[in-house]
Amino acid sequence: MGVLVDAPGVEAPPVQLTVPARPEFVGLVRLFVATLAASRRELAEERVDDLKLAVSEATTNAMESYRSAGRDAVVTVTWWDGPDRLVVSVADEGGGFDVDKVPKHPPVTTSERLRFERGLGIPIIRALVDECAFERTPKGTTVRLVMFCGPREDRA
Amino acid sequence: MELGLEVSEQAGWTVVRVAGEVDTYAAPQLRERLVELVTEGQTRLVVDLRGVDFLDSTGLGVLVGALKRARGHDGDLAVACAQERIRKVFEITRLDRVFPMGATVEAAIEAATSRPDPGEAEPLDGATGGR
Repeated sequence: MGVLVDAPGVEAPPVQLTVPARPEFVGLVRLFVATLAASRRELAEERVDDLKLAVSEATTNAMESYRSAGRDAVVTVTWWDGPDRLVVSVADEGGGFDVDKVPKHPPVTTSERLRFERGLGIPIIRALVDECAFERTPKGTTVRLVMFCGPREDRA
Repeated sequence: MELGLEVSEQAGWTVVRVAGEVDTYAAPQLRERLVELVTEGQTRLVVDLRGVDFLDSTGLGVLVGALKRARGHDGDLAVACAQERIRKVFEITRLDRVFPMGATVEAAIEAATSRPDPGEAEPLDGATGGR
């Protein structure tokens, strides 16, 4: 499906979840991420929550890309479990957007800003993960999120 | 999953107790309820998020919309939130400076009533985005 992207520092094969691009499936994506992240015992619970929220935001954006394109399709979430990091990509085929061309909103505490009820997702993603990249693919957008988590603890 | 939405009165404020996960799927339910309340003339609102397990930018957007609507009718919208993980979402987006907030409903009401001039806080750098 052309959704795989490089995940530097990761050799293990990925785990993948593909869901219909509909809002009722965002909860399933969160469950997928939270379950996999919890297998890394050295990752603090707060960081698991951060990753879950970041992936949820990226998935919501991916789903909205189809809504604006007027199509029903799928979002693919890919999980890599690396020695010192977790990498998650969220890929859509909704036509893509340029993250640098997303309009700037007025300052958040001015009354002007209250005209905008959206546009908070990407700042949230950027604040929560250690690295993020927005890549345009031929068909849409792939968002790649990286969270460093220290060496994996040996499991008994 | 359906949101829990319970409406009650406290000290002249309308308290909306939310339970569940406020995401892109559930946020429209919250939006609808808040719009109804403001339309009915209940413009002093406290949204009690203490029973919320998850809140994302879609949920924040609904609260921003309702705040705007309430203030447009000389009301206000305060947020009760005790969980660090939910509060963090407000802090990242700096919306903790926009909403009167407290760890309890009482504290949220107190924050709203002690505000000198709602909506006229110091300007800060805005969040970018749009998607």
